[in-house]
Amino acid sequence: MSQVHTATHLSDNSVIIEMDGVNKWYDQFHVLKDINLQVRQQEKVVICGPSGSGKSTLIRTLNRLEEHQEGNIIVDGTTLTNDTKNIEVIRREVGMVFQQFNLFPHLSILDNVTIGPVWVRKMPRKQAEEIAYTFLERVGIGEQANKFPGQLSGGQQQRVAIARALAMQPKIMLFDEPTSALDPEMIKEVLDVMRELADQGMTMICVTHEMGFAREVADTMVFMDRGQIVEYAPANEFFTNPREERCRAFLEQILNH
Amino acid sequence: MTEQIIDRRPPVTKTGVLGWIRSNLLFPWYNALLTIFAGWAIFSAIKPFVQWAIINATITLDPTVAKEYSGAAWGFIRDMWPVFMVGIYPEEHRWRPAVALLIVLSLVMLTLVRKFRGTKWLYTLWGLSPIAVFLIIHGGFFTGLEVVDTHYWGGLMLTLILASVAMLFAFPISVLLALGRSSDMPVIKSFCVAYIELVRGVPLITILFMASVVLPLFLPTDMELDKVLRAMVGITMFFSAYLAENIRGGLQGLGKEQYEAADAIGMGYWQKTLLIVLPQALRIVIPPMVNNFIGILKDTSLVGIVGLVDLLQIAFATTSNPKWFGRLEEAYVFVALWYWILCYSLSRYSQHLEKKYASK
Repeated sequence: MSQVHTATHLSDNSVIIEMDGVNKWYDQFHVLKDINLQVRQQEKVVICGPSGSGKSTLIRTLNRLEEHQEGNIIVDGTTLTNDTKNIEVIRREVGMVFQQFNLFPHLSILDNVTIGPVWVRKMPRKQAEEIAYTFLERVGIGEQANKFPGQLSGGQQQRVAIARALAMQPKIMLFDEPTSALDPEMIKEVLDVMRELADQGMTMICVTHEMGFAREVADTMVFMDRGQIVEYAPANEFFTNPREERCRAFLEQILNH
Repeated sequence: MTEQIIDRRPPVTKTGVLGWIRSNLLFPWYNALLTIFAGWAIFSAIKPFVQWAIINATITLDPTVAKEYSGAAWGFIRDMWPVFMVGIYPEEHRWRPAVALLIVLSLVMLTLVRKFRGTKWLYTLWGLSPIAVFLIIHGGFFTGLEVVDTHYWGGLMLTLILASVAMLFAFPISVLLALGRSSDMPVIKSFCVAYIELVRGVPLITILFMASVVLPLFLPTDMELDKVLRAMVGITMFFSAYLAENIRGGLQGLGKEQYEAADAIGMGYWQKTLLIVLPQALRIVIPPMVNNFIGILKDTSLVGIVGLVDLLQIAFATTSNPKWFGRLEEAYVFVALWYWILCYSLSRYSQHLEKKYASK
């Protein structure tokens, strides 16, 4: 039995996500191997690793976009099972931002942000719009609320996607390579929004290759390779003194390209 | 320093109407030759028709006078106009289909006014309009109007009623079938697959025959199902299978990421389907869907086989009338013109919808 990874330096905060012996297969392919990971309230976890190492799959199991076959996942006190109602309850508390933004192209920016609160949270439309404007302002898109996603740049779309997730007022935010599909000049605007969110104390799990961002924001770094958590360390330790050879090689590669 | 070049217009001989004529019709010499030949061919093809339809034609209402003209006797259409429109619907009640038409047309007019578009009361009126049209044309119930049985319905009116009812009902049914076929639930999925494959594998004529001959066998003997209703059921069943396959195409055209985005904010199946999936999928399939609607409209002409007198059957009925016996050409041209007007309007409407949604 491998050790449970938990942030000892944040031990005052309660555990909000618990992955206990999680294994997952795509058909015969073993994508997640024995994942034991805890995330504490307000903790910022950055997951990195080579492509195909299972990082995206890992965070996608947390809101059941992917099913796991073995082990337990407990999110905010609820164990993930096949029960659809259970899954919907968890998804309300877990916001997700995708690599390709995945905005709804047939809805205006405002509707993209209000659709969750109005239909899932059953909030009156007026109140939902107020909240939507607050979050759109915060990500700097307030002026474009009546445009459609296709009329915005990639960076703007990703910021709307963040506002859409935040409007559900989630307890946890998942970011799945949020800047990988963006042009270089737009990466900063998205990272700035994420930084601000981190400062406000959101619990965040990010899959990203932006090591500058990780160094600045992360409490905990997770390095994955071939479906396993190879290295788990507080961010300062991870960047100054990585223990594992594979991890060192990866960092070398990504920082000196 | 490079001098700035001022914008100027393209040379006249290369663009515009003149440029087009020049490069496509006249130069080089063999193009000019082809133009002359093609022009002559088109002229000689159209000439006999124009002579028949216009130059040698007459609009007299007297069949004996019309016989003296070598061209078309459009007086026949004038004379039989009400019959083409409503069939043998009783003469003293013909104002009722006219009122029904007026209702629908005024709703169309109201919808064209931008201010009214999308308002709740207009949706309500549209929603109630089929009932109003039915009550006016059929009569009875609480209306105080004399009942005109469906047996008397015919002509363009019957064609339009059959087509609208089929479109109105086939659409929601086909959406459910398409969703069912794409669903994970084995029982629902196999039922939808079976229905679609079964119905699609059978010609419409067969289904119409079955609806009029076989269907009554399943019903209690004392229950007689209306002939028009049976045709409606048959056509609706048939086209919902076709339409379902088109809509399924739209569902598949939608990326997995849209489903995931909806899942990620915690939407349930129906919210996801109604708010995210269908609005996008249906936009993708507007062209094939309208293609189907046009198919429905034209294929209603098959109901003649089960004894209904739709627009096409009126053409046969009126030309076997001794008064205008054998004026088949006029009847066919007239009927074809009507089908074309209706289908072309549908097609234009679909182009309008495509443009409207493409901008988003």
